[in-house]
Amino acid sequence: MLMWIIKRDLLLAMRRQSDVFTILFFFIIVVSLFPLSVGPEMNMLRTMAPGVVWVAALLASMLSLGRMFSNDYVDGTLEQMLLSPQSLSLLVLGKALAHWLVTGIPLVLMAPILGIQYDLPIEALFVLTITLLLGTPVLSLIGAIGAALTLGLRGGGVLVSLLVLPLYIPVLIFGAGAVEANMAGVGYDAHLSLIGAFLLMSLVFAPWAAASSLRVSLE
Amino acid sequence: MSINWFKYSSPASFYSLAGKITPIFAFAAVILLVAGLYIGFFVAPTDFQQGEAYRIIFIHVPAAWMSMFLYVVMAFWAGIGLAFNTRLSSMFATAIAPTGAMFTFIALWTGALWGKPMWGTWWVWDARLTSELILLFLYIGFMSLQAAIDDPRRADKAGAIIALVGVVNIPIIYFSVQWWNTLHQGASVSVNQAPSMATTMLVGMLVMVFASWMYSIAVILKRTRVIILERESHTAWVAELQKKGTVQ
Repeated sequence: MLMWIIKRDLLLAMRRQSDVFTILFFFIIVVSLFPLSVGPEMNMLRTMAPGVVWVAALLASMLSLGRMFSNDYVDGTLEQMLLSPQSLSLLVLGKALAHWLVTGIPLVLMAPILGIQYDLPIEALFVLTITLLLGTPVLSLIGAIGAALTLGLRGGGVLVSLLVLPLYIPVLIFGAGAVEANMAGVGYDAHLSLIGAFLLMSLVFAPWAAASSLRVSLE
Repeated sequence: MSINWFKYSSPASFYSLAGKITPIFAFAAVILLVAGLYIGFFVAPTDFQQGEAYRIIFIHVPAAWMSMFLYVVMAFWAGIGLAFNTRLSSMFATAIAPTGAMFTFIALWTGALWGKPMWGTWWVWDARLTSELILLFLYIGFMSLQAAIDDPRRADKAGAIIALVGVVNIPIIYFSVQWWNTLHQGASVSVNQAPSMATTMLVGMLVMVFASWMYSIAVILKRTRVIILERESHTAWVAELQKKGTVQ
């Protein structure tokens, strides 16, 4: 079931590749706007880089949340999925993982290149990639709750940001914090462990909360 | 004599009960507010370190306490409403949110007013200030989600889920922000070393805390009554009230 839903969502995403690229280019553009707004001074850019990349990743991941359930909702597939005897939490987990594969992974792959633009040292680039790899699934999982709650509402896209962004803050703090700690010459293991803990916690609780949200939204 | 508590879980009987007890709490709030402000501004001595500016704590601290406490209460009632499908609990949670958001805003606002003379700046990215700001975001998220949903039952349940998710996240957010703050060493001032207070100051503050309690209860009950009337407007008992002209 889990594999099936991931495969299906990936297939759908592949049929509409432009969506994937739109999110990726959004990410690139946002990151590129910062030097233009604060100036090209390299020392400052280097200290800003982890935060900028992380905030841009947050926004990019959040912007694509709307599509997690809405297409299935519009054509009635979601209702059928709710009626099926399979566990709804599992289904939500599958959809969140597919969302991560489609939006999170491209961000993770693109981040080192953007980091180079900001003159990050090689090791910091590595840490940035690792934190994004661990952190972006958390964004998709928490985002699933917001996407499920705002399903079919007018102005759902803006609303989901109000709901979800405050909950993203811990991941942002430790994600950007790990890179900064590495650049300051301090160990970043604790940050990674904490992001890992967030990941495990959201893997367990978020699908369940999102599944009940879906039931509320589709009542 | 045992009281049948479930009697008041029905909106109709709660409506009349709330109508009876709201004036009591409102009256207590006014009395305590006047007493608290009097103690705060005329009786309590001037602080030798902070001068007169410290007097803002008589509003700031109760507001900050209420803002955090009300979120937990709101999530509790929203959760009860979600679990047991009791309409009144959800209405109560909806009624709490604006008061909680107001106290959060007051806490932030008065904090800024206090920070300017004390720290020389309106705002520092201190852990407490930052988490209070995030709390305001959580309140706003809850209220705007409920406002965006037309069907009241769906609004109740969706709000309950986001409130409960928020409550689970509050400790995580708080500790993250605190750790982030110590890592950065940004703010040179710390709010953590509060000097011990004179007794009159403490009394004044506690009186103000009780005043905020009474105010919150009165306003929330009143707002619950309005929500009940709005949602039950199709029922016979509301029609009867209207006929008697006793709907306030």
